[in-house]
Amino acid sequence: MQFHKYDVVIVGAGGAGMRAAIESGQRARTAVLTKLYPTRSHTGAAQGGMCAALANVEEDNWEWHTFDTIKGGDYLVDQDAAEIMAKEAIDAVLDLEKMGLPFNRTPEGKIDQRRFGGHTRNHGEAAVRRACYAADRTGHMILQTLYQNCVKHGIEFFNEFYVLDVLLTEGEDGPVCTGAVAYELATGEIHVFQAKSIVFATGGFGKVFKTTSNAHTLTGDGMGIVFRKGLPLEDMEFYQFHPTGLAGLGILLTEGARGEGAILRNASGERFMERYAPTIKDLAPRDIVARSMALEVLEGRGAGPNKDYVLLDCTHLGAEVLETKLPDITEFARTYLAVDPVTEPVPVYPTAHYAMGGIPTNIHAEVLRDNENVIPGLYAAGECACVSVHGANRLGTNSLLDINVFGRRAGIAAAEYALAHDHVDIPENPTKVVEEQLALLLSEHGHERVADIRIELQATMDANASVYRTEETLKQALHDVQALKERYAHISVQDKGKRFNTDLLEAAELGFLLELAEILVTGALARKESRGGHAREDYPNRDDTNFMRHSMAYKQGEGLTADIRLDYKPVTFTRYQPMERKY
Amino acid sequence: MTASATSAASAQDNTSAGQDKTNAAGSRGSQPPVPEGAITITVKIRRFNTEFDDEPRWESFQVPALPTDRVLNLLHHVKWYLDGTLTFRRSCAHGICGSDAMRINGVNRLACKVLVKDLLAGGGKATTITIEPIKGLPVHKDLLVDMEPFFEAFRAVKPYLINYGQEPTRERIQSAADRERFDDTTKCILCACCTTSCPVYWTEGSYFGPAAIVNAHRFIFDSRDEAAEERLDILNDVDGVWRCRTTFNCTDACPRGIQVTKAIQEVKRALLFKRV
Ligand SMILES: Cc1cc2nc3c(=O)[nH]c(=O)nc-3n(C[C@H](O)[C@H](O)[C@H](O)COP(=O)(O)OP(=O)(O)OC[C@H]3O[C@@H](n4cnc5c(N)ncnc54)[C@H](O)[C@@H]3O)c2cc1C
Ligand code: SF4
Ligand code: SF4
Ligand code: FES
Repeated sequence: MQFHKYDVVIVGAGGAGMRAAIESGQRARTAVLTKLYPTRSHTGAAQGGMCAALANVEEDNWEWHTFDTIKGGDYLVDQDAAEIMAKEAIDAVLDLEKMGLPFNRTPEGKIDQRRFGGHTRNHGEAAVRRACYAADRTGHMILQTLYQNCVKHGIEFFNEFYVLDVLLTEGEDGPVCTGAVAYELATGEIHVFQAKSIVFATGGFGKVFKTTSNAHTLTGDGMGIVFRKGLPLEDMEFYQFHPTGLAGLGILLTEGARGEGAILRNASGERFMERYAPTIKDLAPRDIVARSMALEVLEGRGAGPNKDYVLLDCTHLGAEVLETKLPDITEFARTYLAVDPVTEPVPVYPTAHYAMGGIPTNIHAEVLRDNENVIPGLYAAGECACVSVHGANRLGTNSLLDINVFGRRAGIAAAEYALAHDHVDIPENPTKVVEEQLALLLSEHGHERVADIRIELQATMDANASVYRTEETLKQALHDVQALKERYAHISVQDKGKRFNTDLLEAAELGFLLELAEILVTGALARKESRGGHAREDYPNRDDTNFMRHSMAYKQGEGLTADIRLDYKPVTFTRYQPMERKY
Repeated sequence: MTASATSAASAQDNTSAGQDKTNAAGSRGSQPPVPEGAITITVKIRRFNTEFDDEPRWESFQVPALPTDRVLNLLHHVKWYLDGTLTFRRSCAHGICGSDAMRINGVNRLACKVLVKDLLAGGGKATTITIEPIKGLPVHKDLLVDMEPFFEAFRAVKPYLINYGQEPTRERIQSAADRERFDDTTKCILCACCTTSCPVYWTEGSYFGPAAIVNAHRFIFDSRDEAAEERLDILNDVDGVWRCRTTFNCTDACPRGIQVTKAIQEVKRALLFKRV
């Protein structure tokens, strides 16, 4: 065991983690622990843009942006948080530009902006150009720029360190966060990091699904770790399916393509979104477009030999626009489907994309342990957190914004807390949880394969808990996940070595996925309404009387097969009353 | 030297790398169903676990694959169903994170960006795909190498915007043409395909390597940056740009299609223009 002591420890080096590190590193002694090299983080896969009401190309203001975010989230958004995000968006973009981010430019040399789903002028009149972008590699440029600035500020990274536990010490007024425990991939050694504050920025958990835009490494570790400590996870049933994944593969084609004018068509060539969202059509929010696509396919209007996808038509955009503004997705279609978007429409179908829910925090990025109280010293930001600015459905470009705004806030808050407080003793036997977990995975107690369980998990989640859900499908998913958890108790890890044992870590990651899948399904079963990304065929309407509230899931008992207890938390309203969501 | 010539060089190493052991399928229990239209590929992998092995060896696996599968799918099949100890890095699976650079049939590629059909010799009949770690960086385990020297060279060129003036309240103004000037080199994902295909880097590890120069280029030619001189000084060093012999291996290897050698030439020209 190795021991380290820092003021602030940040877990995760994606956009949220590195944005936090840049703030914290300039104020307090900071370490960043990350299971991937920072530049491998999935923020780098983001394509289309990051929005802010800069009004560089047409009239816009942050109040419209706030409204769009709240309406887009089907009114489950905490309105104070959305307002902060929309207001701070402008500086968040300008900060990145000053750090060096090469945004595309207008003819006057200002940051260029383009249209994106659900972003409108004057409360829904028409689509507005709000998304700042760098071709279709905006996330790549954000990740690179933040890493470059971490290099500039000499931020200390512990690369390929897998955090598997967070340390909480019982204080007089409840638990206080005192450190994190990590497994070093290179050596198999366990490291204890004592810190005054810890920031979780570990990203999403898209790998609970088979068809996903998410990386293999997006296994929800941070959410799982926090949940295992008896802390709640918020709104986990709200998972976003992005309309345009490459059919059969799930690789994303940015909504920016539709922002530039691409059109969705069914088998007969009809622009079907005109029927579902007459005003903004193909630029309706993602939940609406994904459901429309699924319906087209269900009702037999899908394209292709099995009629199981629809078509994204970019052919009228011309080679010039595709090559300069959308070069990466053009290449993805060519490489992975052998389809050239310049001349042919591209087969697409919804792909599991984004977790609206996560570790509940307040607007200072402090982690909640119940509806009111925080855990002193524990922070979360980015996709693993739930502030909640995305409510029941996130608008495109609002996540790159979220990671910058709340990553920054988390970094500042964590450093300021650290400067004002002393180290608190870590609990006795700090490595116990991790040592037992790894010993169990490595011991010989069965012959179940990690890959088999993961594939079956992903299959049942795709089939039973994706775009459309019913009581019956969700019960099936729950039954399957629970059975898989039993089997997980008998897995065998073949690699018993100490060095770079990725076999062992895949097994640990699967444990998190199973737990998070069960929470998602449990929350979805209990939420007998349809709202945003959660669509129940058996309860097709939004039910504000009973469900205008966040879900809070708690672990009841010990071990992987422990029960889940659901509680609820009120939504914060400022000035927007819920209305019917029409586009 | 061209990319295919590099592959011939690697074939020579093969013979000195010891045994060629074939691992029968099924060593990890029953196999998943074989998809319709699958062909059997022999995946020949250079194995080396520095924890237990004295020297590298070759191991072959029989893997069912669809022509549209990525090489990464083959590696996952081996790891998940045949030999869990096989070790490599990967994350995004679509050529954007830069984790899985390796030598595939003697050429540096991202395993997630090269499809089986593109590697099949004539008519798609069963064939062998050879996979080795990238060259020039110490191997830790199988296809996983030590990336630290690579990132050290990157960090050494001051890869961040430096501007000594007053910060404007709004964004800095940059014309679309000025922005276009360094567009190509902003695409870099730091995968190391280029640097580890460079014959100069293989023999002299102290050479910065093409990736570091690409990232210096990205700032030297950014109209908002004011530290071109500092970076040019660094690259004028004995281990800097002058080591490059313009063999274009790096350009051929780049999965992002960056004109790597051209960028290096532009840096050289900037040095000559300023100094000579
Ligand atoms: C293909 C794609 C395109 C997208 N396009 C857009 C877009 O155009 N606009 C937009 O706003 N949003 C977009 N999104 C969403 C957005 O990119 C993500 O939600 C966001 O980047 C998440 O950032 P993050 O910092 O929270 O997490 P990530 O970037 O995923 O980083 C997670 C970090 O946590 C670390 N980590 C995880 N587990 C552990 C552990 N156990 N121990 C140590 N470290 C750990 C990882 O190493 C990594 O560094 C897109 C998403 C995808 C998948
Ligand atoms: S062009 Fe220069 S940097 Fe590129 S491979 Fe050849 S010698 Fe190396
Ligand atoms: S220049 Fe190309 S090959 Fe080299 S590190 Fe960057 S992306 Fe990889
Ligand atoms: S896995 Fe990300 S580049 Fe191949």
